[in-house]
Amino acid sequence: MDIDWATLLPLFFMGVMGLALLVYVVLDGYDLGVGLLLPFASDEQKDVMVSSIGPFWDANETWLVLGVGVLLMAFPQAQGLVLSSLYLPVAIMLLGLILRGVSFDFRVKARDHHKALWNRLFAIGSLMAAAAQGWMLGSYLVGFDRDRWSLAFAAGIALTLPTAYAMMGSGWLIMKTEGELRARAVGWARKVLWPMGLALVGISLATPVMSQTVFERWFDMPQLIGLLPIPVACAAAFYAAWHVIQRPNVVAAGYGWIVFASTVLIFVMAFLGLAYSLYPYIVIDRLTVWQAAASTDSLVFSFIGTAITFPVITAYTIYMYRVFWGPARELSYGAGEAAPPAASVHRP
Amino acid sequence: MDTLLLSRIQFGANISFHILFPAINIALAWFLVYFRVRGNAAHGRAGEQHWEEAYYLWTKVFALSFALGVVTGVTMSFQFGTNWPGYLERAGNIAGPLLGYEILSAFFLEATFLGIMLFGRSRVSDRTHLFASLMVAGGTTLSAFWILSLNSWMQTPTGHSIVDGVVHVDSWWQVIFNPSFPYRLAHMLLASTLTASFLIAGLSAYQYLRRAANAGSALALRTSIAVAAVAVPLQILAGDLHGLNTLEHQPAKIAALEGIWHTEKGAALTLFGFPNEAERRTEYAVMVPKLASLILAHDADAEIKGLNEFPDAHPPVAPVFWSFRVMVGVGVLMLAVSWWMALTYWRRRLDTGQPMPLSRWQLRVLTAMTFSGWVATLAGWWVTEIGRQPFMVYGVLRTADLVAPHPPGVVLSTLVGYLLLYAFLLVAYVAVLMYMTTHPAQQPPPTPQGARPGTPIGGRA
Repeated sequence: MDIDWATLLPLFFMGVMGLALLVYVVLDGYDLGVGLLLPFASDEQKDVMVSSIGPFWDANETWLVLGVGVLLMAFPQAQGLVLSSLYLPVAIMLLGLILRGVSFDFRVKARDHHKALWNRLFAIGSLMAAAAQGWMLGSYLVGFDRDRWSLAFAAGIALTLPTAYAMMGSGWLIMKTEGELRARAVGWARKVLWPMGLALVGISLATPVMSQTVFERWFDMPQLIGLLPIPVACAAAFYAAWHVIQRPNVVAAGYGWIVFASTVLIFVMAFLGLAYSLYPYIVIDRLTVWQAAASTDSLVFSFIGTAITFPVITAYTIYMYRVFWGPARELSYGAGEAAPPAASVHRP
Repeated sequence: MDTLLLSRIQFGANISFHILFPAINIALAWFLVYFRVRGNAAHGRAGEQHWEEAYYLWTKVFALSFALGVVTGVTMSFQFGTNWPGYLERAGNIAGPLLGYEILSAFFLEATFLGIMLFGRSRVSDRTHLFASLMVAGGTTLSAFWILSLNSWMQTPTGHSIVDGVVHVDSWWQVIFNPSFPYRLAHMLLASTLTASFLIAGLSAYQYLRRAANAGSALALRTSIAVAAVAVPLQILAGDLHGLNTLEHQPAKIAALEGIWHTEKGAALTLFGFPNEAERRTEYAVMVPKLASLILAHDADAEIKGLNEFPDAHPPVAPVFWSFRVMVGVGVLMLAVSWWMALTYWRRRLDTGQPMPLSRWQLRVLTAMTFSGWVATLAGWWVTEIGRQPFMVYGVLRTADLVAPHPPGVVLSTLVGYLLLYAFLLVAYVAVLMYMTTHPAQQPPPTPQGARPGTPIGGRA
């Protein structure tokens, strides 16, 4: 392999795209998860749950835009194949993201008796987006094949990805809330942990069965040993999460974050496994990153912008999470407790 | 209906619905910065509370519009790939990086600092909060910069060459600062200024009519009328310059929007009429001799190219013709209304100094004009986008060659889904705007002397 810009830049952008999608899945994963859990909470708890994600969801969703943006920017020859093969799930995901995105704002600004409607749309939108993303991941892994087994595989992931998001949402709430809601979040985590684990094992076993390429990558002798840390780390993280949610006193002692951190670790490991399975394809067995890439001139131009902005984005994203560190509070646009309005009504 | 038409309707519906919210927010963000600065400047004095009230209410409008802008913007970025894959396959070397730069430099900036701007009042200092507001405003404007750069390049492409049907960049400078870009950017930023001004003025007037106004409403109303009165003439100037530019680079669009069927010297201006494309004439036309040449070329006897020069490469005439007249008509109305109101303010304030100089009649007119900016902006977008047809990239790529070959039924089903959702959201948006501006219980003014970082007050822990 030659080491020049034409070789390196597509790899660089593949890395950026992968990173953007990983960050997206983790960040929007927890807020989609909170949306999925919304119907199971009391009205007051719903408010706290939504406040816990209020300052973040916009920025979280932007990582998805970056993921698809890099696809458009760096791999114009792949975006048509990928996105037009996913036409319907993309449309469903978008409708879902629109519904939940607007519900955030509408639910607190509309008349009180409309709030229940927006809460419901928020949960429905979250479910649509989560399931559609699962379907997209599934059909992507089988290279957009449409035979019966491929469709079943995609449907399987569509049904199970929401459990993984719900797990992450529970972890987030355990970390960001207190009292009864936290206890409830622990209960939710107990319910979705095993379904999530089974789903992950199922996907991990089914993927090599579905794809010969993936099978050869994993089940050959020297690689298999080198790859062992991935499943081992997943199992350890799973155990840690299970351990904590069995013990309310551990959560109460301030170790609730372990549930969230372990789930994130599982996602990161799954992502590494996927990246290893796919490299250097952008569409498995069909299109490599180099075949799909834009012209080198354009990639250089994009690279300059990315190299400058990416660290800045990372820095202010971290800054924002620090500003809102700690337990979620009731959200208000003003400073502190809001006073009733001054009686300063002007009349024409 | 065929896939091409359905895909065009779908994309048209998406950009039309999307543009409504940036059209408000680009300028509204700067209004908010101004309110914030005035509030900070009056720190501790009487005025602070009132600027805070204005800031608080309009921040809520901004947040709501921003959410709608984000989710519809996400939709558009996906639709390039789902419905128009050929566009990025052929023009991806230019469109991709420009979209990428928008996301990287602007989108993240707005979305991240918005969290701090909206919910961080009690967690950061006044200065940091102002900084966050500035980042959001700067981000929305930067976003407009990149998108309009790409849009302008599609209208007046320069700085590229074509190798094997694929566009390659020769000069990024020429691509980004293409011939129509400065006019288009100015026109759009002023359009947003007017949209936001009339929205603020209209809803503030509505607050007075419903007896829900506070001192913050008076400040917002005064500011927005002053801004509109200055911005309308500027917009007319920018529109005129933009027209000259379009005549030079896209004569077919001008011919369609003026309804000029045959090339002529000293072309007449059609004020009104019904373009009939089949017979290639405008029925019931009301015309003013030589005026079109005078306006378009600033010379009463100038030759204006007619649609006959572009037999298979001119846009559909009627929609462009009508949209243009709607845009100009609303613009003239805005000029009249903003100057009338500004004059009243100026005179009555000199006379008596009473707090609300506008009569109920004038408040009703302003309320009726609340969404006039939307009408003009949409009409303008249709002129510019339909006017580019049948090309996606003017003179370079035809729209028909770039569409994804989905079965029409599939496109129709998603189109219906989007349209239903958009209709529902539009009704909800307008209803909630009206509701939250007129229900004081919904808008407790914040206490600026309240919590600061480090103080334990700040909502429920």
